[in-house]
Amino acid sequence: MNIVSKDEKKIIGRRIFRDNDQGELPITDSQLLVKREESAMSSHVPIATTRSASGIPTARLAVWWVIASEIVIFGGLLACYLLFRLRHESWMYEAAHTNTVAGAFNTFILLTSSLFVVLAHKAAEARDTVSAYKYLWYTIGGGGIFMMVKAYEYTTEITHGFTMFKSVFWSFYYTATGLHGLHVLAGMLIMAIISRDVKKGENLHRVEAIGIYWHFVDIVWIFLFPLLYIAK
Amino acid sequence: MSHTHQSFWSKYIFSTDHKVIGMQYFFTGLFMAMIGVFFVYVFRMQLAFPGLSIPGWGLVTPHAYNSLITNHGTIMIFWVAMPVLIAAFGNYLIPLMIGCDDMVFPKINRLSYQIFLLSALVLISSFFVPGGGFGGAWTAYPPLSAHANYNMTPFGAPLWLIAVALEFVAFLLGGINFVTTTMNARAKGMKMYDIPLVIWMIVIASLLFMASVGPLIAGAIMLLFDQLLGTSFYNVPGGGDPLLWQHLFWFFGHPEVYVVLLPAMGIVAEVITTFSRKKLFGYKTILYSTFVVGILSFFVWAHHQFIAGIDPRMANIFVVTTLIISVPIAEMIFCYMATLWGGSIHFTTPMLFGIAFVMEFIIGGITGLYLGSSGTDIYFHDTYFVLAHFHYTFVPIAVIAVFAGIYYWFPKIFGRMMNETLGHVHFWGTVIPFNCIFIPLFLLGMAGDHRRIYDYTNFPELNTAVLQHWRIFATYSLLIMILFQIPFIYNFVTSLRRGKKAGANPWKANTLEWVAPSPPPHGNFATLPEVYRGPYEYSVEGRKEDYWPQNIPG
Repeated sequence: MNIVSKDEKKIIGRRIFRDNDQGELPITDSQLLVKREESAMSSHVPIATTRSASGIPTARLAVWWVIASEIVIFGGLLACYLLFRLRHESWMYEAAHTNTVAGAFNTFILLTSSLFVVLAHKAAEARDTVSAYKYLWYTIGGGGIFMMVKAYEYTTEITHGFTMFKSVFWSFYYTATGLHGLHVLAGMLIMAIISRDVKKGENLHRVEAIGIYWHFVDIVWIFLFPLLYIAK
Repeated sequence: MSHTHQSFWSKYIFSTDHKVIGMQYFFTGLFMAMIGVFFVYVFRMQLAFPGLSIPGWGLVTPHAYNSLITNHGTIMIFWVAMPVLIAAFGNYLIPLMIGCDDMVFPKINRLSYQIFLLSALVLISSFFVPGGGFGGAWTAYPPLSAHANYNMTPFGAPLWLIAVALEFVAFLLGGINFVTTTMNARAKGMKMYDIPLVIWMIVIASLLFMASVGPLIAGAIMLLFDQLLGTSFYNVPGGGDPLLWQHLFWFFGHPEVYVVLLPAMGIVAEVITTFSRKKLFGYKTILYSTFVVGILSFFVWAHHQFIAGIDPRMANIFVVTTLIISVPIAEMIFCYMATLWGGSIHFTTPMLFGIAFVMEFIIGGITGLYLGSSGTDIYFHDTYFVLAHFHYTFVPIAVIAVFAGIYYWFPKIFGRMMNETLGHVHFWGTVIPFNCIFIPLFLLGMAGDHRRIYDYTNFPELNTAVLQHWRIFATYSLLIMILFQIPFIYNFVTSLRRGKKAGANPWKANTLEWVAPSPPPHGNFATLPEVYRGPYEYSVEGRKEDYWPQNIPG
């Protein structure tokens, strides 16, 4: 805590309040920290987890690192695709067979679901667990529609002969959208687990964490959509 | 805390305590090292005495030879160097040295070990499937690695790849934990420049790993699809390009060298400072050099591919970046030597290993300049010169620095001192044979010995008496080095029970782990320490004692 300025300390106090599920008002953040350290001693949560030397809550910090490592995974895949694409003009004839309308619709759905997760976060901050729960499930619903449209796309493409083996373009198409789809499914699953806690009013700070992740999944799609669908 | 009545399983197998997880990584790494050493014993015997039925193995077929060298490399890097240097030391030391009770995510930490264990089991299982273990070198270049028709290991190759991918996942989880813990869970008063260098180095190494492994994970998925489904990412007739894998692999593979080097450098910094009884020379210089190394390591990868058909103009650029990266590394080494200068040096076993690390690594670094220059690399490429060069870097890292760390922290981990005499025997018996193995291999490489030859009798110009003499000399040196590990194991096992009681701070060192009792209990500290100064305040003028622990006020 020593390396943060006065102003930052105010913010930290607020964050800790937000992370604190019991909802009592922090008198000062150092008092609160002591309190949390005491409560950590009695439960299985290590004191380490309750500290915040950088001023950023631990859960949020960790999600950002998860995203950093995911960015290089998708970044590597997309860089490979781009380098191939620039050297193979013929790929535009392959890309002509992707369903732009379905892709655009999915973009709309995914962006809307991101709005819901923001609303869920806002509700969680206000400790309105009923709305937070509702908006989390709206987000999961958005993910579900996205996956159904994706399944429809895959089915039509495969039945029209555009399988993974037709050309390297289609290999990239299925690998990239498949990997992204897995991330959507993982996000939906984690959100469902978190929603259970939210209903009970526990671990409300996790809504923000999954929200950050969901935005990331969204942004990956924002890259995939033009690269695979629009660029014909 | 009621942790005294735990069963064996919850205490040692499914524990979330960072110290237990560190030890799990350590002993798993040690077990894998034994497999890796057994493999090198078998194939070095085959090279020295081709066609001999090797005790403990039998006749080595060409197919088995390829599998042995591939898995020796894979195991030593991914299942020995990484788990021991980063995961074992990182898990054990980070919470202790930053003064808290555990990692911030203990359950993720346990998950990371479990995934790592699974990856080791998958790799070991790949040796016993029909067709045998993968034999396409640890670099796994396609098309050799992509098609069972070429590598003849329809099951071994995918299992190898899955094992490596699982291992990456384990280390990503562990790395996120390390970075987050160090950023958020530091003791009160511990500022940026109060963090011991070994912790900095492990954290920077985790960041490097995180930033470089992504493209290879994507590449591994693509290679797995090529192997199992029949896509053509790396297949030229299908529209793919095998060179893509080389770029993805080395974009990870070169930072990976620094991923394992940095923790070793950190361990040696701790050891050298403690036993010189002198402040570490240039803490910030070393730290900033490490940042520069980390950044530059992303711009040197193509020096592994000079003769792979890349554009020669691109090769020029990579020669320049490669030669530049030796500058910050040299700077760090100079700082270590300057730390020794004028210190009152105690030649304990960890100190001997620490100094040996610096000396041997210099040889590894300097021979790297020959390989980083594309002109000389054209000749040296794929010879034993390359092999000797990277063993002169990796053996100091994964063997010598690890031993320095083990001898240094053994009293903390197990509460008892190791025997110094046996330690000295082990030291000389490790370092002298190590040089006797690899100096001849430099000479063999310069004479034209190609790396991937199973039996030199088929190559008349390489099958001369002089060259064969050096091959036999290297193999005998290896056997001696292996035999001299027996005093270490004996020392380790007997010291566990009969060693002298260590006390909390046997080396009179400054960092926070020495504040905790030895061995540290669950929760580490009786009262969590606060930090008042940097970690290397030795022999401060005006103080009665020559050390000044970080947690002592005033």
